[in-house]
Parts: sequence; C-alpha cells; structure tokens
Amino acid sequence: MQPGNLTKPSEDQYLNCIRCGLCLSVCPTYREYLSETASPRGRVALTRKGLEGELELSPNLIEQMYGCFACMACNDACPVGIHPADLALDMRYVQEQIRPSYWKETLFGKLIPKPDRMELATLPLRLYEMLGLRRLVYALGLRKLMPAKVRDMEAMLPRLPQQPLRRVLPEVTESIGESRYRVGFFLGCAQSLMFADESAATVRVLARNGCTVITPKETVCCGMPAKGYGRIDLVREQARHNIALFEQANVEIIVTDCATCGSTLKDYGELLADDPAWAERAAAFSSRVRDVSEFLMSIPLEKPQGRIEARVTYHDPCHLRRGQGVWKQPRELLRMIDGVEFIELPEADWCCGSAGSQLITHYETSLKVLGRKIDDIKGTRAEYIASGCPGCQMHLNVGIRQRGLNVQVVHPIELLDRAYNQ
Amino acid sequence: MNQNIISELEQIVGKDGVLHTPEDLAVYGYDGTFEEHRPDVVVLPRTTEQVSQIVQVAARKRIPVVTRGMGSGLTAASVPFCGGIVLALTRMNRILEIDQVNATAHVEAGIVTADLQTAVEKLGLFYPPDPSSIKHSTIGGNIACNAGGSRCLKYGVTGDYVLGLTVVLADGNILYTGGKLIKDVVGYDLNALLTGSEGTLGIITEALLRLTSKPKFARTALVEYAVLEDASRTVNAILSAGIVPATLELMDETAIACIEEAMHLGLPLDVEATLLIETDGADEAGVLREIEAIAEICRQCGARQVKVARDEAERSSLWKARRSVSPALARKAPNKLGEDITVPRSAIPEAIRRIKAVSVKYGLPIVIFGHAGDGNLHPNILFDKRDPAQWAKVEQMVAEEFAIALELGGTLSGEHGVGALKRPYMETALGPVSIEIQKRIKAALDPLNILNPGKIFPD
Repeated sequence: MQPGNLTKPSEDQYLNCIRCGLCLSVCPTYREYLSETASPRGRVALTRKGLEGELELSPNLIEQMYGCFACMACNDACPVGIHPADLALDMRYVQEQIRPSYWKETLFGKLIPKPDRMELATLPLRLYEMLGLRRLVYALGLRKLMPAKVRDMEAMLPRLPQQPLRRVLPEVTESIGESRYRVGFFLGCAQSLMFADESAATVRVLARNGCTVITPKETVCCGMPAKGYGRIDLVREQARHNIALFEQANVEIIVTDCATCGSTLKDYGELLADDPAWAERAAAFSSRVRDVSEFLMSIPLEKPQGRIEARVTYHDPCHLRRGQGVWKQPRELLRMIDGVEFIELPEADWCCGSAGSQLITHYETSLKVLGRKIDDIKGTRAEYIASGCPGCQMHLNVGIRQRGLNVQVVHPIELLDRAYNQ
Repeated sequence: MNQNIISELEQIVGKDGVLHTPEDLAVYGYDGTFEEHRPDVVVLPRTTEQVSQIVQVAARKRIPVVTRGMGSGLTAASVPFCGGIVLALTRMNRILEIDQVNATAHVEAGIVTADLQTAVEKLGLFYPPDPSSIKHSTIGGNIACNAGGSRCLKYGVTGDYVLGLTVVLADGNILYTGGKLIKDVVGYDLNALLTGSEGTLGIITEALLRLTSKPKFARTALVEYAVLEDASRTVNAILSAGIVPATLELMDETAIACIEEAMHLGLPLDVEATLLIETDGADEAGVLREIEAIAEICRQCGARQVKVARDEAERSSLWKARRSVSPALARKAPNKLGEDITVPRSAIPEAIRRIKAVSVKYGLPIVIFGHAGDGNLHPNILFDKRDPAQWAKVEQMVAEEFAIALELGGTLSGEHGVGALKRPYMETALGPVSIEIQKRIKAALDPLNILNPGKIFPD
C-alpha cells in the first residue's frame, strides 16, 4: 500500500506534544530501562518523525511501538491530551498496512474469532490438566527442567476447566427470586477457556441479585488481541458480529467479567463511529456494557452472609482502571465481605507487565515490570490478590509461582460468590 | 559515529548502555523545548568511573559531550547541536546515603527529584526545592540548571541545598567538592560555580544535599481577583507585612482557563488572576494564623474571594493544577515559548503591564504565571512554529520581554537557565566584562571545548 493511502494517526494526535516529559514518570517500560526510546514521549516523537518522513518506518521504529505495554498511564498523565499509548497501537496498524504479516491474518482472522477452533486448539492444555499430567509435573519437580521461559508460561495457566464454560453454561440463566434485570453476559475467550470457574461465579452472583442472564453462545473474541497486533480492521468485523448478536438477545445491560473485553466492547461505539450503517448500533451497544463490579455496585446488592477471614489486596487492571474508569467498585465489592481485611496495594494501578502477550514477545521487560508488582504484593502480606482480568491473573500467577509466595490470585467476584455460598 | 568509538564506549558501559540506532538518536535530540539536533551516540553510564572513562575517550577524539537527565529542560541546554555523545545519567539513580543526624542525602545525579523527596520524607526529613518538573527531572539536571520552583520564596533554590558534588572534569579527572558542612570557606566556592553551569564546566555525577525537617503543617489558599493588578499588589503587601509564605504563585486568566480545560477542577473562569498561597511550619496554630492574616491582606487588596483548602485532597488538587499550567498551555497552540524573567518584586505590576502590552502589539497570546513572591514570572507565548510569520513575531516578542526585565532591574532567567535559547541576550544582560571572565573560566576548565559546546555564551 502507498504511504498516501494509509489509515494513520492524524496530526492533531501528536503535533501538540510539547515534550515536557511528564509521561516518563508514569511509564512502566521507561521505569525499567530509564531510556527515552522506551518512553511515551519517545514513541510520540518516533510516530511524528515516522509519519512526517524524517525517519523510515523501519522494523526498529515499529518495534518501539510494540515495546509499549498499552497500559495507558501516559494517556491519563498527559496534560496536553495526547494519547501516546493509542498512537503506539495506531502505528502497529500502519505497519500492517505497509508490510502485512500473514500469520496475523491466520491467528487473528481465522483462529481467535472462531470459538470452535479456539476450543480445539486449547484442548491439549485441558488434557494436560485433566489427565493429571500437570499434577505429575509439579509433584516430580519437572518444571525445574523446563527452560525458564516455558516454565513461566506454564505458570500462567490457572487450574483449567474440564470443558470450556461456553459448552456448559445455559443460554438463559433464570434469576433467583423476582427478575429485575435482563442482563446479557459477554463470555470472553479467556474466561470460557481458562477461568471458567470465575465466570460461572459471575453468572451465579448476577442471578442471585435479580438478573435473568442471557449468554449468547456465538460471541466471538472482543478484538483486543487483533488490536494489539495492529489489525484494527479485524476488530471491526468482530465488533459487528457481537453487536448484532446482542441486539437479538434484547437485553438492557451487557455485563462482562473480563477487564479487557469490557474496555474493548465499550470502545465499539468509537471504533465504528465512521461507519454509517453501524455507528448508531455500536454506540447503543457500548453504552450498555458494564464491568461486573460496576454493574453490581449500581444495583441494590445483597449483603453476603458468609465470612472470609483473610487479608485481601487488589490490583487494578489497566483495562479496567484507565480503560473504563472503574476502580472504586471492585474495592467496595471486596469490602462488603465480612472478615475481609482489605489492604490497599502500593502502586495498585501500575501495569503488572502482562499486557496481553508481553511475556511471550517481551519476556525480559515483562518480568521486570512484574517483579516490582510482586514486591508490592509481598509487602502487603495479603493472602489473596484480587484482579478482574484474566491477563493480569495469569501474569500475577507467574510471579507468585516464581517466588514461591503463598498468595492466591482471584477474581473479586469469586470471593463474593464464596461469601454468598457459605 | 565511527564503529571503533562505539566499541570503545561499549567496553566501558556494556552494550546495553550504548544506543545508536536512528530511532535512539532521534529521541535523544530534544528536551522540553521545540529545538532538536541528533547526537551521534547516546551513552547511559552507571558509575562516576564510567563517566570519567567516557570523557577520556571524548577528550582524546575531541567529541562533544552533552549531559542530560530526563530532558525536561526549557532552554535547549541539553540539545546536542554539535552532535557527539549524549551522556544520559538516568541510570545513575541510587541514593547512596541519607544521614539523619547531619540531615544530608548523598545521591547519584540521575535520581528523580520526586523519588528523593519521597525517600527523605519517610524519615521525617525534607528536600524543599520543587520545580514543576519534579516527577520528570533529575537532581543532576536540577543542579546543573539551578532549578527553582514554587517554594523558593521561603526555602531558596536548588543551589542553596548543594553541600558537595562529585564532578567529572573535561580531562576525565574526578573533582570532589564540599562536604557535610554548614560552614566552609576554604578556597573558591566550587559548588556555587558548578551549580547552574549547564554541563559546560564538568559533569555532575553525585551530589551531597542539605535537608531540613519536614514542616508538619501547611495551609493553602486560592485567591481570586477580578483585576490582575490587585493580585500583584497583594504580593508586596503580604511580604511587607513581614509574612513569608512558603509559596506565592500567580496565574493569569488564560493560565487558569487552560488548567480548567485540562483538569476540570472547578476553577473560576471569570477572574483576571488568582494567587495560590501556602504557609507551612511546625506549629499548626502559627500556620493557621499566617494564612488568616494573609487572607485579610488579600481582601484589603481587592480579592474577590479567598478559598482555603479544607483538606489534603483539596490542597493536592490545587498543587496539581499549578504544576500542570505549563504543559496545559499546549492545548491552545502547537508551540509555546515560556520564559522565566525575574524582576525586583516591587516591579511585578509594571512588568506584567508591559508584557501584556507586548502581547497586544504583536497579536499573539502571552499567558503569565509564575512565582510572584520571587519576582520570577513565566510569560508564555503561544504560537504555531510552522507559520513563519508567527515565528518571526515570537523572536521579537521574546527580545521585548527580556528588554522589559532588564529595564526594570531584572534579568533573563530565574530558574530555567540560559542553554541555547537565551544566548543572544547574554551580552546585554551581563555586559562584556562579565562575559569575558566567564568565558575564561570555561576555557580554564574545558580547554578543548568538548563539554556542552555552544551553550550559555554568545559566539
């Protein structure tokens, strides 16, 4: 594609950067490398120079855009209103238009948005858990024999469900007692395939609080992975599919318990704003989306009778705190549970280093960022670290297993569900 | 850059400390201004010894060395106009010692000033200098530019806290100055010479800093004025009454509007000026008494409203607002040129009046805020550098601002420094004798002219 025809960031997205440097102070990658190249201001400068032709859009320039963890702390910090993290994502799309990677077409176009294929592809992981292989690996200390990177990736995995939740969860879950809300549940891929227990808990908690829960089974990936790899065009297709699906479900509210899905779904309105056939439908869809903690704290919520005697701390997923502005609600939710001693985590809103797949693509940086988070968690002496994002949970598990800490990683909703069922 | 030199540098600091891709060079060419120029290589050392070895290489090969921290400077002092080596000290960020008995901190130059403050405050100590860039500037940079901030009226500037320095000289020798001493008159005051030298005389790699006790109480007031002149009169009235607030900050209507647009704090949009005033101290009643006395003076001088922050949250949001003024201006125009002229404080009303007249004359907005208690003002011209006509006007406007400062008995800069941007005005400000002496000092310490060449002095 010719540079002239590219979809690229507009001038007003970077021109007014006055290079004050404030964003450096909140950037997790800058904090680790202390180098301008790994900073938001650096990425804005590279964006501008790349688009204005002063620099080539070289692989190394684009690599700096992939070096961004998209935690959006710089977006929030910038007094001028520049969104460096968004620019880094936009530039990844520019790259895909100039030099498309065909594996991305396969992975983000043909595998991830097809739930059946994803379930098949992840079957070996479930077998690993189900056949007791995993227990064996741990019991025999075989993890020590794995290369560090493989060991860390193994450690990401939660206890995997026997069946994807999509296969198990009914399409309609009736409310317990009088039905006050008709709620759509957006079951994310990671939740269905890996954190099935959490989403099962989410549906139970919703039903208990007067919700008739509709879970459309044909939802596809929210689109964040494709967006992260520069294929925003694929996200639009996925968005249209999901929007149409939930229109048929005829629900007032669409709940998700995945921070990443939530932030992407809430963004559909903006994503399709220039598409006349879809703009209005997308905006209507996005306006209905709520994170589960956000929704629960907005309705008269039943106070749990059970007690959980534990020190609990909370990590803000970037996609919840900055992506959706939701940070009070999960804390309030945890504090509702009798027995819980809530400890505020220092730097709770700093990225944990997961950023989707940074452990795989930027192993060293990802672990450095994680290391600091784990130090903070250790300092709280908490027994539970709650966080409503599968990416964060997987990543926190890596750090906790590496250090051999006795801390359990949970979704806030799991603790609430447990308190209800005691 | 020659591959042999790169290899030599890599041997000193390791491969990960030498950056030279086009992307690395592009992002190490700027600071907090609109100026930029690419260096030939970027080096990130971790020890004073490494810096010394790097400088020896540079001296042997006659390569310019431009030292920087986080690149938040406002005078292009760390822009490498002659290319060469950019020496970024950000990885030298350790606290080597905090001595609670003597109230000193020994730190490496690359520590972020806010991180140092947090560390000493945990021990009940206090490092008062607080440039607005406190979270994104380093101690080394603060010393090299003798940074000020909002608390200078009561607590002084960065240089008042420098007890000793470790400095790599232009030949690679390491100079140690000062010590944990309150009084020291042995020899020339090299701390004072090096503070504010903008990397032209030596490379500051470590600093020994004086600390004080943390004031336990603070009260902050936001005072609104319908007429800007009343605000500037208030400043002198407060100080004449014998009260020394920790801060006395002025913001004009455009500054307030920019902050409000960026931060939505509910600031008044129908006033010509506000003063942000803070008193602090060890005695709560005294602090309260002072802020009340100040409030009374403000009312007598025509303040429309005096709002005292009720709690820490309100106080910190006022401060957050003040610190974000400068960057928030960029919402109004692609470029801004912020100066920091100082005048005797009795001349503040006149200075503001004349600066506003310059704005009217050229038809470009000038936003004024600053540390009114110090007589240190930040007139910021808003413009678009892509428009040559505007840029030509800006250059004339800056010259007029400086002329105003000098006519009123003031000078070019209170806390940003000279760097590259104020060089053309140096001779007028200081006169030929002073310039000549300073050039001789420079030549004595850096005979090869490799340390941040082309800065401070006119050609």
